[in-house]
Amino acid sequence: MNKAIPNIKAVFKREFFAYFNSPVAYVIVVIFLLATMGFAFLFGDFLRTNNASLTQSFFFWHPWIYIVIAPAVGMRLWSEEQRLGTLELLITMPISPWHAIIGKYLAAAVVWFVALCLTGTIVGTVFYLGDPDPGPIITGYIASYCYALACLAVTSAASAFTRNQVVCFIVSVALCLLLTLIGYPPVVDSILKSLPTWGEGLVKAIAYTSFMDHFYDMTKGIISIRDLVYFASVITIGLIITDQAIRSKRA
Amino acid sequence: MINVQNLRKEFGSKVAVNGVTFSVEKGQVLGCLGPNGAGKSTTMRMITGYFRPTSGSISIGGVDMLTDPETAKRSIGYLPENAPLYSDMTVASFLGFCAELRGLTGTAKSKAIDRVLELCFLESVRNQSVDTLSKGYKHRTCFAQSIIHDPDVLILDEPTDGLDPNQKHEVRGLIKRMGQNKAIIFSTHILEEVEAACSRAIIIDRGKVVADGTPDELKKLVPGVNTLDAVFRAITKTEG
Repeated sequence: MNKAIPNIKAVFKREFFAYFNSPVAYVIVVIFLLATMGFAFLFGDFLRTNNASLTQSFFFWHPWIYIVIAPAVGMRLWSEEQRLGTLELLITMPISPWHAIIGKYLAAAVVWFVALCLTGTIVGTVFYLGDPDPGPIITGYIASYCYALACLAVTSAASAFTRNQVVCFIVSVALCLLLTLIGYPPVVDSILKSLPTWGEGLVKAIAYTSFMDHFYDMTKGIISIRDLVYFASVITIGLIITDQAIRSKRA
Repeated sequence: MINVQNLRKEFGSKVAVNGVTFSVEKGQVLGCLGPNGAGKSTTMRMITGYFRPTSGSISIGGVDMLTDPETAKRSIGYLPENAPLYSDMTVASFLGFCAELRGLTGTAKSKAIDRVLELCFLESVRNQSVDTLSKGYKHRTCFAQSIIHDPDVLILDEPTDGLDPNQKHEVRGLIKRMGQNKAIIFSTHILEEVEAACSRAIIIDRGKVVADGTPDELKKLVPGVNTLDAVFRAITKTEG
């Protein structure tokens, strides 16, 4: 176990620099910034609502942006490794597969952290223009980051199953979209309306497994251990599936 | 150093390796011959801990690969088939990454990188991106990775594939020199290589070891022929 930290660090370092040695990270960060700001100003009516809280105008759009962009960051994690054949190299190194899985996942997570930090200009703007409550802004960022990490975990798992990045991307987008929609209030409400009352419990239970259900509460300024545990479990499950998929390649 | 007992590997209903047993001691170079699809690469992938065998046992320097893979892998250097590399890295940073995974840091790491760059004639491409290298250089970069921690055991899957005749000669010489104090297994399709570099050779066909001995012993296996080439063809053809 004492070797875990240096091993994870070595994998993390390689993977992180791989993002910035290629155009991938730059393109994705720029598109992410354009998307978040574009949605906030154009569709979120950021300036016209005359509201210094970022919940409705800014964070509201994040899940939908992550559904498409998080898989674009994560799709290379294990697919590329299989396409190049370097998976064989990595697995025959004297490290546990878990060191590689965690190191790679952390690299993608830090790329997101960088991207999210760069949206800080909008926070500067609201503080310049108004007098917002910092609480919901902080929890909004935490919620947003949790959402991105959950999408990345899904992508990590999908990428372990295929050597084809396009397949990984499409499958991950579909899964993230599904996990978002099953808890998206308009969808849930319309299903509840069309179902007899006995189905209510079931629909609510399914909605509870959605990323969206846990995201909304947090953007309103309520951080509950329950939601954090939920996102931690999604990440853990994603990484366990990644491990199992890699194991099955070697069986 | 390397002890392989009754190794068996099934992929679905197909048996790729069927009861392979052999051992290699320090100071021995074992050549692994056989037609394409005979199970050479699968055997090597099991010895290096990439594939899990269906049954059988592998021990590297007394450490069991199946129960303690992380320790067993430490003493192995491995050159996989087709020499895979991270295309976005430079030669030196790739070797640095591999050194770190082998537990080398600081000056030990930079010394190890310098040593293998020299051994594999890679100094001129030190800071070149792996992507832009020719096949021979790529191959040697991956080879350099396998010896960066000066391992006791070397497993090389077709180490001379894609090299020009001069480079083949160099690599053969390198294998022979390193074989004096390491246990080496390498696979090849080039039969002169076995005579040039190996102290022992096995022929694998349809997942089984069909011949095991020194190159001279192998030549005497089939009466009436006196080249390894003819023996190879006679053995791998008549057996089925």
